[in-house]
Amino acid sequence: MNQARRLPELLAPALLVLATALLGLEASNYLQAYFLDTLIKVSIVVALYVFIGNSGVLSFGTISFVAIGAWTAGVLTVPEGQKKITMPGLSHFLLTHNVGNVASLALAAGVGAVFALAVGLALMRLSGLAAGIATFAVLGITYNVLTYEQSIGPGLNAFSSVPQTTGMWQAAVGALICVVVAYVYQRTRFGRMLRATREDHAAAAAAGISTYRQRLLAFTLSGALAGFAGGLYVHLLPLQVGSLYLDLTFITLAMLVVGGSASLLGAVVGALALNGIYSFFSAATNTVDVFGWNLKVPSGTAEIVLGVLMAVVLILRPAGITGGREFSLPRRRRPVADLEKARATT
Amino acid sequence: MTVVAFLNLSWPVFADALALGGIYALMAVGIGLVFGVLRLVNFAYGQLMMAGAFALAYGDQWGLPNWLSILFCFGVALALSVLLDHLVFRPLRTHSPAVMLVATFAVAFVLQNIALIAWGSFGKTAGALAVWQAPWDIHGVFIRKIAIIAIATAAGCLLLLQLLLTRTPVGLHMRAAAMDFRTARMLGVRANRVIGGAVLISGLLAGVAAVMLSVEQPQITSTWALPETIYVLMGVVLGGLNRPIPATLGGFSIGFAFGLLGGILPSNQSQYLPSFIFAAVIVVLLVRPNGLFTRGGAAVERV
Repeated sequence: MNQARRLPELLAPALLVLATALLGLEASNYLQAYFLDTLIKVSIVVALYVFIGNSGVLSFGTISFVAIGAWTAGVLTVPEGQKKITMPGLSHFLLTHNVGNVASLALAAGVGAVFALAVGLALMRLSGLAAGIATFAVLGITYNVLTYEQSIGPGLNAFSSVPQTTGMWQAAVGALICVVVAYVYQRTRFGRMLRATREDHAAAAAAGISTYRQRLLAFTLSGALAGFAGGLYVHLLPLQVGSLYLDLTFITLAMLVVGGSASLLGAVVGALALNGIYSFFSAATNTVDVFGWNLKVPSGTAEIVLGVLMAVVLILRPAGITGGREFSLPRRRRPVADLEKARATT
Repeated sequence: MTVVAFLNLSWPVFADALALGGIYALMAVGIGLVFGVLRLVNFAYGQLMMAGAFALAYGDQWGLPNWLSILFCFGVALALSVLLDHLVFRPLRTHSPAVMLVATFAVAFVLQNIALIAWGSFGKTAGALAVWQAPWDIHGVFIRKIAIIAIATAAGCLLLLQLLLTRTPVGLHMRAAAMDFRTARMLGVRANRVIGGAVLISGLLAGVAAVMLSVEQPQITSTWALPETIYVLMGVVLGGLNRPIPATLGGFSIGFAFGLLGGILPSNQSQYLPSFIFAAVIVVLLVRPNGLFTRGGAAVERV
């Protein structure tokens, strides 16, 4: 009974993802790119949510796991002949080893998890501002190393000749996997324990919950999903290290905050809504037609709109548009008389 | 002299490193002062400086005398600082520091993209102060004027600030507010006045730092001073956010380290310098969460 009533909590975000994918299939070739991008953003924001949402601790580090996942999946799938040309500095092992599409995604998730675990072992003792700054430092290190280290990837250049396997189908399944994993996690006792530490740290500790362990688990899971999302991303378009740094961090964080960081529905709704707005203004840099009225905006408008929206939501509605609630069907209220009858019989 | 010679250093590199340390120290004070009273880590500080630097570039374009463009730069940075405080920071004052950090992150992005729209990706050039790049001959050692000017300005500003903080009632209120805001208010410290004061000084320091940095990097773009802000934030945390002097020392150390190591290491090693700095910050946060240059352990929440 309880499980069945809880089902809409999973179905609502999952159906939103499916609807996006189906709309995307109907859309013209030109628009399809935006739908694909949106599905990737959903995966990334859900990965963010698994840690930030459940623990209530700020982290800027997730995008570094996206980048590491992208590097893993990218380097391991570029055809061997192309590798020697586009990434001559690659280490011997990476130069001679290749895997398929699905294996590369799994590896991206695995490597993301391992990195997150390693980082988390040290950093999960921190919270609040210190956690924010420390994870920012992790992001800085990842960016710095990936930019200059030619033996593990293309350095400053964009990836080229990665097989473009992320079509609408793969993007949708990927996003759904992220949503389901996030949902299952938050319904397990581990997810509940972490949420308990978020609500009242002292009470949770008194009930025997190790905040450190629960955060570490969520951080690792979040790293796995982020790595996976990075893998999906690199199979979609030729990524470059610059696009996996501050801008992406800001945009995905804005999505989570605006949607409502304390619920899975918030993460998905935020990603869909904000990426819709973002895509609209990005498209408007080369004129879009709004009800017969030509709109053209300078590039950078999309970021401004997102930033202002984020600041306004933070000030007026800090819990986001969903208020941190999951979706539930409206329930019929039982009349008081019924309740009293029920009480009388027991 | 012998130490410097031993490290295979030259005096100009040493002076440049000191100067960079000085600029970072000014930025660190600007960020640290506001943190002290508002618990707000201002990620948008670099964008205040950027606005000031654009003002400099305009002063240059309009042919204003240098002192007037410098004043213009101070004015713009100050005005923007106060505007941001009223528009964004005040409404968020009761929120957690992490939420405020995210909000300033958003502000930084908005300002950066406004600049991108207004001035394009190439930005504007602030070249009027380029004369300060010329070297001075000090007993056969050639040191750029900007290095000496930056060191002197930073030292002067920090001295003035120290006097303000320790010798005036406003300074006393600020220090009290930084230590324990609620108790300070109960004892009659006016919250708005203290915060207003900190925001004003912080804006002014952003202007000063912008003038100095614009001599080193005269091409003003939308991301101007953004990497510096990130490094200074790290430095401030490294030193200890809560107190002005440790925060300043932290900022200075990062700038000095960057200047010195960037000057003496070959480029294939110095390109990883940011990683080492970031790693150092992580280690410090783990070992001494209150910062390197502070005394006492971390505060533990009591129930």
